[in-house]
Parts: sequence; C-alpha cells; structure tokens
Amino acid sequence: MAEVAFGKVAITFTVNGVERTVETYPMARLLDVLREELRLTGTKEGCGEGECGACSAFVDGKLVNTCLVPVIQARGATIETIEGLATGDELHAVQQAFIDAGGAQCGICTPGMVLATVALLREHPDPNEAQIREGLAGNLCRCTGYIKIFDSVATAARAIRAREDASGHGGGAA
Amino acid sequence: MGKYVGQSMPRKEGTDKVTGRSLYVDDIVLDGMIHGTTVRSAVPHGRITGIRFDPAIPWDEFVIVTAADVPGENVVTMLIADQPFLAHDVIRHPDEPVVLLAHPDKHLLAAAREHVHIDVDPLPTVFDIESSLQCNTLLFGADNVFKRFDMTKGDVDAAFARDDVVIVEGSYETGAQEQMYIEPMGMIAVAAPGQGVTVWGSLQCPYYVHKALKPLFGLPAEQVRVVQTVTGGGFGGKEEYPSILAGHAALLSWKAGGVPVKIIYDRAEDLACTTKRHPSRTRHRTAVTRDGELVAMDIDFVLDGGAYATLSAVVLSRGTIHACGPYRCPNARVVGRAVATNLPPHGAFRGFGAPQSIFALERHLDHVARAVGLPPEELRRRNLLNRGDTTATSQTIEEAIDLGAMLDDALNIAGWAEKKAAFAVHNADPANTTKKGMGLATFFHGSGFTGSGEVYLASVVGVEAGPGGHVTVLAASTEIGQGTNTIFSQIAADALRIPYELVEVAQPDTARVPDSGPTVASRTCMVVGRLVQDASEALVSTLRDATFLKAGDYTAEQFAGAVDAYLERFGTLRIYSKYKQPPGVVWDDKTYRGAAYAAFGWAAYVAEVEVDTLTYSAKVTDFVAVQDIGTLINPQLAAGQVEGGVAQAIGWAIYEGVDWREGHMANNQMTNYIIPTAADVPPIRVYFHSVPFSYGPSGAKGVGELPMDGPAPAILNAIEDAIGVSIRRAPALPEDIMEAVLAAAGPTTSEVNHG
Ligand code: FES
Ligand code: FES
Repeated sequence: MAEVAFGKVAITFTVNGVERTVETYPMARLLDVLREELRLTGTKEGCGEGECGACSAFVDGKLVNTCLVPVIQARGATIETIEGLATGDELHAVQQAFIDAGGAQCGICTPGMVLATVALLREHPDPNEAQIREGLAGNLCRCTGYIKIFDSVATAARAIRAREDASGHGGGAA
Repeated sequence: MGKYVGQSMPRKEGTDKVTGRSLYVDDIVLDGMIHGTTVRSAVPHGRITGIRFDPAIPWDEFVIVTAADVPGENVVTMLIADQPFLAHDVIRHPDEPVVLLAHPDKHLLAAAREHVHIDVDPLPTVFDIESSLQCNTLLFGADNVFKRFDMTKGDVDAAFARDDVVIVEGSYETGAQEQMYIEPMGMIAVAAPGQGVTVWGSLQCPYYVHKALKPLFGLPAEQVRVVQTVTGGGFGGKEEYPSILAGHAALLSWKAGGVPVKIIYDRAEDLACTTKRHPSRTRHRTAVTRDGELVAMDIDFVLDGGAYATLSAVVLSRGTIHACGPYRCPNARVVGRAVATNLPPHGAFRGFGAPQSIFALERHLDHVARAVGLPPEELRRRNLLNRGDTTATSQTIEEAIDLGAMLDDALNIAGWAEKKAAFAVHNADPANTTKKGMGLATFFHGSGFTGSGEVYLASVVGVEAGPGGHVTVLAASTEIGQGTNTIFSQIAADALRIPYELVEVAQPDTARVPDSGPTVASRTCMVVGRLVQDASEALVSTLRDATFLKAGDYTAEQFAGAVDAYLERFGTLRIYSKYKQPPGVVWDDKTYRGAAYAAFGWAAYVAEVEVDTLTYSAKVTDFVAVQDIGTLINPQLAAGQVEGGVAQAIGWAIYEGVDWREGHMANNQMTNYIIPTAADVPPIRVYFHSVPFSYGPSGAKGVGELPMDGPAPAILNAIEDAIGVSIRRAPALPEDIMEAVLAAAGPTTSEVNHG
C-alpha cells in the first residue's frame, strides 16, 4: 500500500466552477478522474483512443478528448463538463435543441456532441453545413446518421442568435 | 389518429440524456464492488491441456473462476446447447473466454490477466464459407451445416428449360459488420448461494438473459433478476452476447460470496469478442424473358455462422425468406445454409440476414436488366409485387401496397433521369478523374418474428394505474435509443385518453415487467405497441365496467378520480394483454410456405455516388429513402431510425471491413475499423408513404431494420454506374475498387498479374 500511495500526487483544478483536489496517479486519464474520483459520469468512454469524442470536455476553454489527457496536464486548469452546462433546471440552448430536433437517440454520444456543438457555435455562431460537419467530425454517433444532429446544431444556433438579438444590439453577443 | 400518435413528441428521457444524468451501466457503483475481467484463448481451435497461473502474481488476492466452478450447466442455449460460458476441453474460436478474474483494483487486474497461460494443442481450422462447405475439416455435425432451409415455389427446372428465357448468373458476397454501439458491453452482478442472482446491464432482451442464467446456476425463475440499465445502442449486438457477459459477472460474484462484480469491456475486447453481422455468399441464377419478366430464381444463400450455432438459424431464416425480394416471380428455389467456422459466433445485427440476401438480389437485378437491355428501374417496375400477388413463400399480399409509386417518387426526388444523363456526359470526359453514378434498390422487410414465431413468444404487456391517474407501462421491451419509451407513452396516452405526461414506461426489470418478448425484429412498435394499446383500452373498460368512469368523454381529472376510487375499492389496477395472431397469418415451418410475416415495410432507395479514380475511394453524395412503414407513431423518431439505418448501411457498403487474421479481428479499434463520421454522410432525404396496417397500433408497422436492407446494393449499383466496373462484394473499400478496376483494365494488367 505504501508503494501505491507514494505514486499518487495531489492535483487541484476547477471543475464546473468549483475548485477540486484529487489524490491520484499523475498519469491517470482525466476521463477516469472525472468519472471515478469526482463521479461526473456524464463524460463517457467509447474508445479510449481519441477516436469517438464521447469523453469530450472543455479544458481551459478548449474541447479535448479526456481519455488522452493525463490528469497531471490538467493541474490548475479550468474544466467544464456536461454536468456544468445547464443553469440549474434551465437547459442550455444546445441541450434544448438536441431534445427538440431529435439529436439524441441512445444518448451515449450526446454529452460529447452537445459540448462539441457548444464549441462549434462559439467559433461559428451562424455555421454553414461544411462548418457543422467539420466541427462534429471528431464525435462519432452510431444511432442518428448525424442528420438530426445537424438539425439540432442549426436549431441551437438560431435560438442563441434570437436570444442575443432580443437582449439588445451587440450587448449580449460577446 | 389520437392526440399524441402521429406527433413528434419529444423523447421521454431526453432531458436525462442531454444533461449527462442518465446512468449507463459503467456509471453505476455499488458498495464494495470489485472489477472482473476475462482471460481468452489466443488460438482459433484446439484442445486445452492446462491452465497455468504465473507465480509472480499474488493470486490469493484474486477471485478466479474456471469452468470447474460453474454451479449448474456451463452452456448458453439460444437454439441448441453448444456454447459454453467458459471453454473447457475444446477451444473453437479466437478470444473464447476460458478464465475469469476479479479484483478491487482495475489496473492490477489488467496486469494479472497477462499472467494466465492457457496451454492448447492446436486442431485444424476453417475460416471461410467455401472451406467450411468443402468439409475437409469437420467442425459441426456431418457437413458443417448448422441449419438448412429449402424454400420452393412453382416449377423452377421447367422454367429454366423454357426456350423464351435468358439465363443470368452471378455470385455476391458480403463481409462481417460490427454493430459499433458507442457504449461497449457491460454488466454488474450480485450473486450468492441462497440469495439468487441479480444482474444490471447494457442489453436488449432481459428475458433472454434470464433464460440463460437459470440453468447456469440451477436456480428457479424467481431467484434470477435481470435489469436493463440505460443502454448506449444495440442494433442487435446486445441481443445474445449479454447472456454470456451476465453469466461471467454473476459467476465471479457467486464465487466471491455475493460481492458485487462489474465487467466493462474496453473497445478492443468488445470488437474482438462479441457478435457481428454474418458474412455471406449468395449465388443467383435467374430466368427472365426478353421483355423483362422474371420467370424463375434459383438462389443458393450461405451464411458464416462462426463457431457456435447461437441464433444463426433464425438469421438464416429471415435471409432466406427475403432472398427473392418484393417481386412477383412464379418459380423460385432458395437453399439457405448457415455453416460453422472458427470465427467468433456471428449474430444479430439490424436486418438479421435480410440485408445479405437483398444485397445479392439487388446487385444481381442490375445485371439481369442489362442482359435484357432494360434500365434497372424498368426491370424492377415490371416485376414489383402488387396487392393479390404472392411472395416467394406463396404469401398473398392482402394489404394495400404502393411500391411502384414509391419507386417513381424516389426516382423523381433524386432527379434520376436528369442526373443520369448529366453524369454520362461528365464521366465521358477523361479530364474528370471523379466519376459519378446513380443506383437504386427496391425491397421489403417483414415486421415481427417470422412465421409462427410471435405465437410461440406469446408476448404479454401490462399497464398499471396508480394514484392521481399516473399510468405505468410494464413491458420487457427495451429503450436502446430507438424511442420505445416515447412511442409506448404516446400509444398508451391516446388509448387511455390522458395527457402524455401522465404515462411512464417502467425500467425493464424481470422482477416487475412481464415477458413481452425480445427487442428485435422491428417488432417493438407493431407487435408490442399493439399490446400496449390493447391493455390501455382494457384498463379504460375496467374503469367503466366498475362504473367509476362514465361512458363518453372524460377529463384527466375524471380519469384520476376514477382510478383513485378503483384503487380504494380494489387495491390495484393492473391490466395485461397477450398477443393474438391476426387472422389469416398461417405458416408451415416444414414446407417454409405461408404467411411469413403479418406485415411488411416497403421501400425504394436511390443512392448517388462519386468515385475518385486516383484514390479509388467512393463517397455517397446524395441519398433518397422512400418507404411505407404504415402509420407513423412519431415522425421524428421514425425519420431518425431511417437516417441512422442508412448511415450504418453506408458504412457496410464502403467503409467497414473486418480484417480477419486466423479468425481474430486484427483491426479491433475505432482507429482502423472506420464507421461513417459527420463528414462522410450525404444528405439523407427521408419520405414516407403511409399505408396503415390493420393490426398495428393505429396502423403502424416496423421501421428499425428496413433502412439497413437497401442502401448497400443501391450504392454498389451506383459505383458500377460510375466506373463501369462491377463490384460484387460489400464492403467496397478503396483497395477493392482498385483491384476491380485494374482487373477490368485489360490484357496488359492481367499479363503482369499472371506473369
Ligand atoms: S473515449 Fe475518448 S475519444 Fe473515445
Ligand atoms: S445517439 Fe447513440 S451514438 Fe449517438
């Protein structure tokens, strides 16, 4: 046991706005730390090799595959997972769009898809089809054939723009 | 139609899925839970001579299970008792489970697995259909054939002897396909002598697992409980294998005295070990008149079943029955065989044998059309089934059918005639290295179990009303993404005439829900959905008979009041309904004749492709899917099923190839087994012709599998249209297209090859 404890280190980062410290192996995958230590199980494992995007989360504002990130690299980082996206009971516009447009079937890819959509819309608030396809190409879905996911992205983009227009010129756009 | 049926009601569990709150099996942690893993055979075939545990590992810290620890019968019986939970004596395929280990630390467990050595004396191997048929090595019975069906109609030999027919022959193959649900298999078990067995897992058919666990532990039904957790896709892949995995987790927990054990496969293990779509080889011989009338079909259809029988016979049955397609051909002979090899057993995958036989037929019909000088759409149009015609099983089509109109629609929407003409000009220009083509397929898919299957299943559904008029549907049908929870709620809410929000679907748990049969065969909506409707209507009648509900309309409040009054008087209000075969559905298992299915879905699909003649890669650039699946319960979910099925079939057609090495899947990673991404799918344009089916809930039929049947042949037909070279095997990967093009390129190339 002494040997095992010796290998572990304390790592602190901010997850969904809360500072957390975990005792873990430095090379543990961020995915496992989120799921097993912090019980944030909305981040999923589909492949463990950076292909499917089910394990997507934001680390310092950038969407990454957490199965490829040793937790030591996240020391001091700001992490956002699917659990942090809704505000209380109010869903994020992207989440609502996935419900309305039928973008979720079995749901296992959905947390990753939703976060990939958030990332995509941050970069392209009014994305064209090529940008949508490109933005989601790192997230695999086996259920939907992607068509209703594309619809969900377009629905979310419209909803976000409409809300920003309603909140005044430019004011909320940043 | 009611208030909710026909509407795109939002998915019942949608909020939990978009927020990440849904708990899939790997998200569940039980107190004291430890992890399990599996030690597997490295060889494809051999006799086990010993199992060695490397003394470097402190084995006393581990739970270890071998075949010797099985308390009951070490066999999973799908149809015949041949597949052990844990191999003893003989290994029949690579990656076959032999030893189970459990330990609280996952990482130590993974390391320890490498220190168990299975000694095997190798036996001769068989890895493909032709070698199996040659019988040089016998793996099963006297001829390696797990199952054979002979289906005949009319007089085939006399038809071939006619002097006014042209005879066209062809042979077609399809490869294995991985379901690639994004959530790998997983199971948690708590099991101990005296306490019985409970498993929670990612699965499609709770009662299949229940049936498998009883003999494994020698337990009565009430001591085995199976609970389905939220399941991240199945597509048939979680139909039979979860029985084995549940057995493994439960054996470890049993040996550990009831400690909860979780086994989660990583992607590599899931791909290497679990079932895939059966590879196939189909030979066609067709007699056709010069004006394109199909006179006779002679078809030899073979599936590679892998090492154990599992449910190959049922897959074969569906493939055999669908082999002649939706065409009026008076004479037909189909011989279907499923054969044994040393590959891991192949199993259920969306379409269940039909995509294989339909691939062969729809590719072949393009060649038949060419032989008689007709365009492919015209040959089909002249032979499509109409109401009153008979299928190859001599089933008379009684319901209205609209396939010709669907074909015309699909062609018009796709711009068939204009694009064909434009592509001919484009392709003729040597400066264009990208060639374009169009292809089509017309096809059908039977909904529900074949023949008398639904009668034997005798499915039951319950509907229970609770305080305040809240109603729960009790069914073993699982939500695997296709929308079971939502459509059952819609059907029940309409039949009960209460708000959708008042209806819930119970989590499938064999301790609570009756056996409504497996979630397979496009039967959930049509067959089980109808039972939901019947039970709901019976519940209303019960309230009326008890005079708590007056005749005529009522409000949700009145319904709730009636339920509360009933509960107060009688305690519980739970109504069950049981499957009744629609009249006229008569099937003879011996002759393979009669009404194979109560209803069919019908479809006409058109694919447009581009083939890059420098890289030899194909891409689908547009896809039109027109189908009749009866009344749409939920148009958005139905379209989602079609889009998802088409995308999977595109994968099967041009991206997804299993690289078998000595029976082991060598490319068992997402990195090198490629499924379509968001960048690969074309626009998938979905249209419905809705002809209501008299015996489905509100007229609905099945939808899940139909869209898997047509795309692959349509796409390969389009590739042939683009490059003028026929590829007769799916998938058509770039290397396959290159090989076909070079082989067709002429004498220089073939001389070099033969040199
Ligand atoms: S699990 Fe990380 S990309 Fe698939
Ligand atoms: S919804 Fe099932 S994998 Fe995307």
